[in-house]
Amino acid sequence: MRSLREALWGIRRAPLLSGLSIGAIGASLSIVGLFGLAAHNIDQALGRLESRVEIVAYLEEGTRDEVVELARTEVGSFPEVESVTHVTKVEALYRASRELTEFSDVFSDLEVNPLPASLEVALREGHRGPDDVAAVAERLRAYGFVEEVRYGQEWVDQVFDLRRVAAAGALALGAAFALGAALLIGIAVRMAVLARRREIAIMRTVGATDAWIRRPFLVEGLLTGVAGGLLALAFTRLAWAVADRTLFTLAWLPESWIAAGLVFAALLGTGAAARAVRREVRRVEAG
Amino acid sequence: MIQFRSVSRRFGRADAVRDVSFHLRKGEFAFLTGPSGSGKTTILRLAHMQILPSEGEVRVSRFTSRRIRRREVPELRRRVGMVFQDFRLLETLSAAENVAFALECTGTPRRRIAPRVQKLLGQVGLAARARALPRELSGGEQQRVAIARALATDPLVLLADEPTGNLDERATAGVFELFRGINASGTSVLMATHDAELIRRHPGIRVIELEEGALVFDSAPGTEPAEGARA
Repeated sequence: MRSLREALWGIRRAPLLSGLSIGAIGASLSIVGLFGLAAHNIDQALGRLESRVEIVAYLEEGTRDEVVELARTEVGSFPEVESVTHVTKVEALYRASRELTEFSDVFSDLEVNPLPASLEVALREGHRGPDDVAAVAERLRAYGFVEEVRYGQEWVDQVFDLRRVAAAGALALGAAFALGAALLIGIAVRMAVLARRREIAIMRTVGATDAWIRRPFLVEGLLTGVAGGLLALAFTRLAWAVADRTLFTLAWLPESWIAAGLVFAALLGTGAAARAVRREVRRVEAG
Repeated sequence: MIQFRSVSRRFGRADAVRDVSFHLRKGEFAFLTGPSGSGKTTILRLAHMQILPSEGEVRVSRFTSRRIRRREVPELRRRVGMVFQDFRLLETLSAAENVAFALECTGTPRRRIAPRVQKLLGQVGLAARARALPRELSGGEQQRVAIARALATDPLVLLADEPTGNLDERATAGVFELFRGINASGTSVLMATHDAELIRRHPGIRVIELEEGALVFDSAPGTEPAEGARA
């Protein structure tokens, strides 16, 4: 109770500096929040895309059905593979004429079916990442009668790259702002210690423990951190609401991410205060 | 109670204290005297373990400067009260609140603080001035509040750094008698002073004299700690 009372007094005593510290933590975590929002939505999009990831192995003209059937059974036993469908030349042409209606005249006039037969391979959940897709594709290529393997590698890789960029951006910018916030909190706590140096010196003289002396400053750092975290949460929520209404449908951040962000803000505030107060209290004692 | 064994303390290249040995026993009263800059305050700071010796050893109760850990220092300070020439009271707190502050800082339960403060202020003769702010008190009264604060943790020994330095003759006599009373109840007192007249008026009290950091006179030299007594 005493720690909370004195921490609030410390914040009221230097409102500008405390406000700056809260603002800096808020800005730092808002950056992380916005990038996190992007990363989370990319994640969700990736999940949807991954469920549609399919590898198509086009077969050489004239490959006998029993050979294809043997291969289909074998590929179906790969641990990553969920199902294998044999699409014959006729089926391929039927699908094409149905899906590409604008070319229906062309398909009906064909004397020879130019479309190859294929094996369509669907992968199990958890095996739809770029590495697994590439590995299965490589094994399919090893069959002598497989002419070509396609799986839309480039766009899968690009989406994954985009997610990596979002995560790296969040970390780099967030870390830079967090460092600035930690410095500001350090200055605020140092000023609070200096304002109370006479009191602290008396505390030391009469036998107050380090923990007793430091606790109000740590609580001040904790409150600053949590306030900054809540500010960031409010800003990120506002940005999400605006984007969701005006641009495109977006998923909101998972609760665990929000909790982790608030815990990080609290730790950042407390850690920065702990570092500053440790040094300053010793200085008061020495001085 | 307090033992100094061949204690030296340097600040940079300057020797503040050189090879000082003495033993202040339980319940003893001693003046620590010498001209300004002779090392009196350094001796008190060493006894309070605000600083540690460059050489030698300081022992206070069961604590030794050789092995004391930072987390043990608060416990030592609760056994060693300290009073300063400039009182060091918190200006925004009343006399009672200044004393209560020491009790709060050392974890005294809230319900026990008020009666204890009342008792301490009564002990120093300031029960009626409990609500006065330091600026409303005379120098002698302020020093009495500081003494009450130093006694809050029931110390075994009281260190006083020129406690009468800012007081007139009458206030000095009053504060000194207070120290005598505290000492009579069993608390050791080591009082730094360069007030030769005060010392002269109390010939029965032990005098430890310093000059340029060295101990040059001890009226009770036979109280040197015996070899092998070190813990």
